[in-house]
Amino acid sequence: MGDAGVNNGKRRFLLVASSVAGGAAAVAVAVPFLWSMQPSARARAAGAPVEVDISKVEPGMMIRAEWRSKPVWIVRRTPEMIEALKRMDSKVADPESQRPMQPQYAQNEYRSIKPEWLVLVGICTHLGCSPTDQLKAGPESGLGEDWAGGFFCPCHGSKFDLAGRVFKDVPAPTNLEVPKYQFLTDTRLLIGEDGKGA
Amino acid sequence: MTRTQALLDWIDARFPLSSLWKEHLSEYYAPKNFNFWYYFGSLAVLVLVIQIISGIFLTMNYKPDAAQAFGSVEYIMRDVPGGWLIRYIHSTGASMFFVVVYLHMFRGLLYGSYRKPRELLWLVGVLIYLCMMAEAFFGYLLPWGQMSYWGAQVIVNLFAAVPIIGEDLAVWIRGDYVISDATLNRFFAFHVIAIPLVLLALVVVHIMALHEVGSNNPDGIEIKKKKDASGRPLDGIAFHPYYTVKDMVGVAVFLAVFSIVVFFAPEVGGYFLEYNNFIPADPLKTPQHIAPVWYFTPYYAMLRAVPAFLGTQFWGVLVMGAAVLIFFFLPWLDRSPVRSIRYKGAYYRIALALFVLSFVVLGWLGTQPTDFLGKLGSTDMAVILARLFTVVYFAFFLLMPWYSRIDRTRPEPERVTG
Repeated sequence: MGDAGVNNGKRRFLLVASSVAGGAAAVAVAVPFLWSMQPSARARAAGAPVEVDISKVEPGMMIRAEWRSKPVWIVRRTPEMIEALKRMDSKVADPESQRPMQPQYAQNEYRSIKPEWLVLVGICTHLGCSPTDQLKAGPESGLGEDWAGGFFCPCHGSKFDLAGRVFKDVPAPTNLEVPKYQFLTDTRLLIGEDGKGA
Repeated sequence: MTRTQALLDWIDARFPLSSLWKEHLSEYYAPKNFNFWYYFGSLAVLVLVIQIISGIFLTMNYKPDAAQAFGSVEYIMRDVPGGWLIRYIHSTGASMFFVVVYLHMFRGLLYGSYRKPRELLWLVGVLIYLCMMAEAFFGYLLPWGQMSYWGAQVIVNLFAAVPIIGEDLAVWIRGDYVISDATLNRFFAFHVIAIPLVLLALVVVHIMALHEVGSNNPDGIEIKKKKDASGRPLDGIAFHPYYTVKDMVGVAVFLAVFSIVVFFAPEVGGYFLEYNNFIPADPLKTPQHIAPVWYFTPYYAMLRAVPAFLGTQFWGVLVMGAAVLIFFFLPWLDRSPVRSIRYKGAYYRIALALFVLSFVVLGWLGTQPTDFLGKLGSTDMAVILARLFTVVYFAFFLLMPWYSRIDRTRPEPERVTG
């Protein structure tokens, strides 16, 4: 059989059309598979708010809570610690918390609802390590003579002050995240919900 | 006709057994001047086989479940008969795979094995390297130790640094808001089936591409240019039996070294198996010092060296990614008239030495905390060093079009030398 009478234009059209249709079908089939890799309904439900009792936290102490499997730090700052925050303004990258790493009500010089209580998600904004607390000022922290207390991330050396504000010239780009929270009473905190809508 | 011959004929009429054997072994002519550096290709295949076999037997007792994973690995180590041996073979194999492949890649840099017409061969090789990195990364989460957990946390968060879609992308990769059971389960699927399938396919393509263009050699000249009357390259010898026998010597020495590690020093001072990984994963507590396994540390040092800029840490991720992907461009960056370092001039020799130095120094820096060398001004000394050697690393590639062209090369020989 020869090629006489073959309509090459038609052949090319059929080839392209069937390839496009087949390709589109392959992409469509990929969607449910990729879709299945999203968090399941169970994982989403596990994001419920948690209640924390803070009555036993002494000034200068920190406790850890778990919310959405993330560490949440609750620090009771002493008056000296609060005073020292003002002197950090020149050392931190975002002293006035311009970037949206906190709810509106925590966008103040203490990054908290009450100056005494600091609530932070204990995950470094660089690559997700959990920094260690170095709350005490001074050289015994191993972070130098002028260390005023704060948090140090051992993974990549990022530093944060006692309001979770990131230092200049460290890998972390933003301040530590302040989660939504509210005081149910003076000694009970609810983390993950602030009663102010979603 | 003997019965064996009859059987072979019967098969050959139905499957190209004899012709495959000839094409890839008994009549595949490789240059006769292969040296020490040519052991590592076949050794890489050997390690791949070791990993697949030891991996299959590990899955028989391992549980990909966040509540049981760490315990099941300990169970393998203590209660499964010979389980400790299989696991140490697998963990040693992972590191040895990278040792062998790094030496194999270095051979390519020495003798210009990536040059025309072997560009595709090189590209497929770099894809294999990427697959190995993915395979190592997914596999490292499975023991569910502290390093598994926090290492995965850091690497997945690299994707979160991608502008705009990053955060959603990271959640999609994890299948949760943090590294969790869902993450472990899918990493197990990737590690035991998805990536190995791709890896095996790429290895087949790599070998097919090699046998199409023929092997390079330490002189970097084409043996196909000089053939005898029957069409065989004058400087070529049949892969089997000549190189199969040579490679068996390499295999014997390699397995001796491998066994010494497995039986006497499976942790290799914390480099093959990190000490922090003997602590179960704790999502609330990051270990004091985290570092990836040694084969990733050069890139990890680069990641740490790049500071945040314009409010994002994406730049460090970008530099790290570029450091791996730049290997793809090598065939088109080298403008030297000769392939092999034997006939290249001082510029390339110095450049390659500096590149190897930067890779080793970055690798060493990546295993240490950033403050271990003290400070220079307000910046950690180790960070400054890492920045310097990151520049050297990239300079090797990016300046190659210039230094390889003006380098004083020597003429290549007509036939292969010793």
